[in-house]
Amino acid sequence: MENKVLLLSGNEAIALGAYEANIKVASGYPGTPSTEILETLLSYDGIYTEWAPNEKVAVEVAIGASFAGVRSLATMKHVGLNVAADPLFTSVYTGVRGGFVIICADDPEMHSSQNEQDNRNYAFAAKLPMLEPSDPFEAKEFVKKAFNISEEFDTPVIVRTTTRLSHVKGIVSPGNIEKSKVSPSIEKIPEKFVMLPSYARKRRVELDKRLIRLREFVETFQENKIELGDKRIGFITSGVSYLYVKEAFPNASVLKLGIVYPFPEKMIKEFASQIEELFIVEELDPFIELHVKAMGIKCKGKELIPSRNELSSYIVKNAILKEDIKKAVFEPVQIPLRPPNLCPGCPHRGIFYALSKLKVFVAGDIGCYTLAAFKPLNAVDSCVCMGASIGTAFGMEKALGKDALSKIVAVIGDSTFVHSGITPLIDVVYNKGFTTVIILDNSTTAMTGHQQNPATGFTIKDEPTVSIDLEALCRAIGVKHVYTVNPNDILGTQKLVKQEIERDEPSVIITKAPCVLLPEVRKIKNKPIYKINKCKGCMTCVKLGCPAIEWIPINDEKSKQKGNSQINRVLCAGCGQCAMLCKFDAIMMEEK
Amino acid sequence: MIKQQGNILFCGVGGQGILLASEITAFVLIASGFDVKKSEVHGMAQRGGSVVAHLRYGEKVFSPLIDIASADIEVAFELLESVRYLPYLNTKSKVIVNTQKILPPSVSTGVEQYPDNLLDILKEKDLSVFPINAFDMAKEAGDMRAVNMVLVGALSKFIPVNEDVFFNIIEEKIPKKILEINRKAFIFGQKAVLT
Ligand SMILES: Cc1ncc(C[n+]2csc(CCOP(=O)(O)OP(=O)(O)O)c2C)c(N)n1
Ligand code: SF4
Ligand code: SF4
Repeated sequence: MENKVLLLSGNEAIALGAYEANIKVASGYPGTPSTEILETLLSYDGIYTEWAPNEKVAVEVAIGASFAGVRSLATMKHVGLNVAADPLFTSVYTGVRGGFVIICADDPEMHSSQNEQDNRNYAFAAKLPMLEPSDPFEAKEFVKKAFNISEEFDTPVIVRTTTRLSHVKGIVSPGNIEKSKVSPSIEKIPEKFVMLPSYARKRRVELDKRLIRLREFVETFQENKIELGDKRIGFITSGVSYLYVKEAFPNASVLKLGIVYPFPEKMIKEFASQIEELFIVEELDPFIELHVKAMGIKCKGKELIPSRNELSSYIVKNAILKEDIKKAVFEPVQIPLRPPNLCPGCPHRGIFYALSKLKVFVAGDIGCYTLAAFKPLNAVDSCVCMGASIGTAFGMEKALGKDALSKIVAVIGDSTFVHSGITPLIDVVYNKGFTTVIILDNSTTAMTGHQQNPATGFTIKDEPTVSIDLEALCRAIGVKHVYTVNPNDILGTQKLVKQEIERDEPSVIITKAPCVLLPEVRKIKNKPIYKINKCKGCMTCVKLGCPAIEWIPINDEKSKQKGNSQINRVLCAGCGQCAMLCKFDAIMMEEK
Repeated sequence: MIKQQGNILFCGVGGQGILLASEITAFVLIASGFDVKKSEVHGMAQRGGSVVAHLRYGEKVFSPLIDIASADIEVAFELLESVRYLPYLNTKSKVIVNTQKILPPSVSTGVEQYPDNLLDILKEKDLSVFPINAFDMAKEAGDMRAVNMVLVGALSKFIPVNEDVFFNIIEEKIPKKILEINRKAFIFGQKAVLT
């Protein structure tokens, strides 16, 4: 197997690294760009892999596995670590038995995220080591090293990836499977595992001792390397930024940090002393820069290098040379944008059409349905983080009192509801609200690429399991008015929503229809296709925003009708939503 | 002489098979001894949005991203998208463009019009433009989803790799059932850029 070369994404390489590190338990919650790590792990034998309901649970499961003496992994996107921050911070006190590694995937430039927080700050704040590979080859190696560091130093370790590593493919070769020095068992070690203040204070002291040992270790850690070249210009950098530096300044001197926390201060001093002009190149926050400056070393960083978005070799070169760089030869041309859109036949579309007609404030959440915020639906009015819809709707209600009645709804997907929507719903009931909550149950976690979740009835391996009965759950919480409807029946759903928003009590409407991209839906043969006959040009169906409906303008001044709608047969998924809305009955099923 | 390093930019619309096309090309380059890095987009951008993949090869590749004005070849799966990435091109770039049109939301909802001068915009720029009707060719090969393989066929004419390697990799990566269709589509693509 040794000399084989594989073309792997950063995420696939991380999974291979975890497999070669001999992990036994892996838990995570989907989130771009981290999702494929667990999906890839499924293809390796001997690892228990699961989707947890949220990131906090994933980290707790991994901590438990580590306590039981096996190597464990937790994966999530950057904002997931906010959710998991509570167990994270204290697990640094308990330390580990089996190696415990968290992979967190940051998303500079927010390709698929609501913010671009720099999670290196977590390493500093929680006082644990963080490794940062720069390409898939390193990703695999670093994950293996992270497990060894975890066991040697009795600490959780974070491996940070970013979109530009997770979703880049590069050459990787498989290696040997390692062994952990720890063996599985149940051990009662209260002074290590029970973080009561009296024990925690002692562990706090241990933590400081550990940090001292780690600071020594990073000075000789092989992945912190000095590459001496032209000494007139030198860079301290890490992760993908290293690649941009090498591309832009192949002859310069570079200190590449494989561990971004803690810092190898001696190495940094030694490097800096040899360099005439020192630059710190890093994406997002001045994390390395602040530390280097705090050491009293003169360097340039964020006054030149942007602290927003991704970098590139072009941006780095441009920022540092400010001259003699390749400029764009061709300027961008103004052409229509192509933003992401809900799929043709998406079951979410109709409900947002209905909400736009009801003119309510839609406290939204995160999922495919957030795309309903765009034209022509314009039907999502807030989106903060996963699970926020219900709490924000309820907070608005409490701020406005009875005036808010019939004016606000909360909208949340099935996966998001299970992730963090249940506790705010408890708040609504417990504190006597009247919020109307719409749970969009499309039987999947669609936005991140269709993962199973506790409401779908299947595990990550597609094995059947208990499925949460959402109706029963809401009733058990104390919601008295709970309904399940088919959202493709737009008008019926609209009527029900109108009835419920006027009610002075909490209610939950579950809209149940599967995502059209699910394999079981795609497989259905003889799905209907719709066509338009004798269109009157009223544009009602166009306002639904289905990509299969195309507006063909009539460019004739004399014509009263401004155009016709037409359905693209290749795209139509046969949901029938448009047909239901057409007042002229011009849209009908094609005869077979 | 053909350059021993290169930057290929694939662009189009989510769902057109861009990732597979770039993947096959990457495997071919690896099999021919190159180092390769390929950047993709997943997640949000795939929901019918504009999709781009950067493929870089050479003896040793550092950055996974193609710089402004540095793409040697652009493989555009859709006409409008071929123009979106102009800043990545330079006067030496070759543009292989599928003339198929997929309407963006602002056009299908009647807010904007689909520009009718897109090929002219490219040709005016002094680029080497190879417009091909990959959609019809794919249909002729037996499946409209083989658009990506038509374009890979066209691309194969511009990279320093023996065509046998392409055929081997296609055979390795494409399921038996649709192999013949894909091979046909590939050959159509090769021929399309010769005439
Ligand atoms: C804390 C956190 N974890 C993960 C994500 C990534 N993420 C965005 S939407 C989503 C799930 C959406 O699923 P669902 O609510 O069922 O809606 P759907 O996309 O199926 O419509 C996830 C996991 C995130 N944004 N924040
Ligand atoms: S993937 Fe599914 S849920 Fe998402 S937009 Fe498409 S149909 Fe809707
Ligand atoms: S039936 Fe109408 S709304 Fe549904 S996918 Fe077809 S065109 Fe779109």
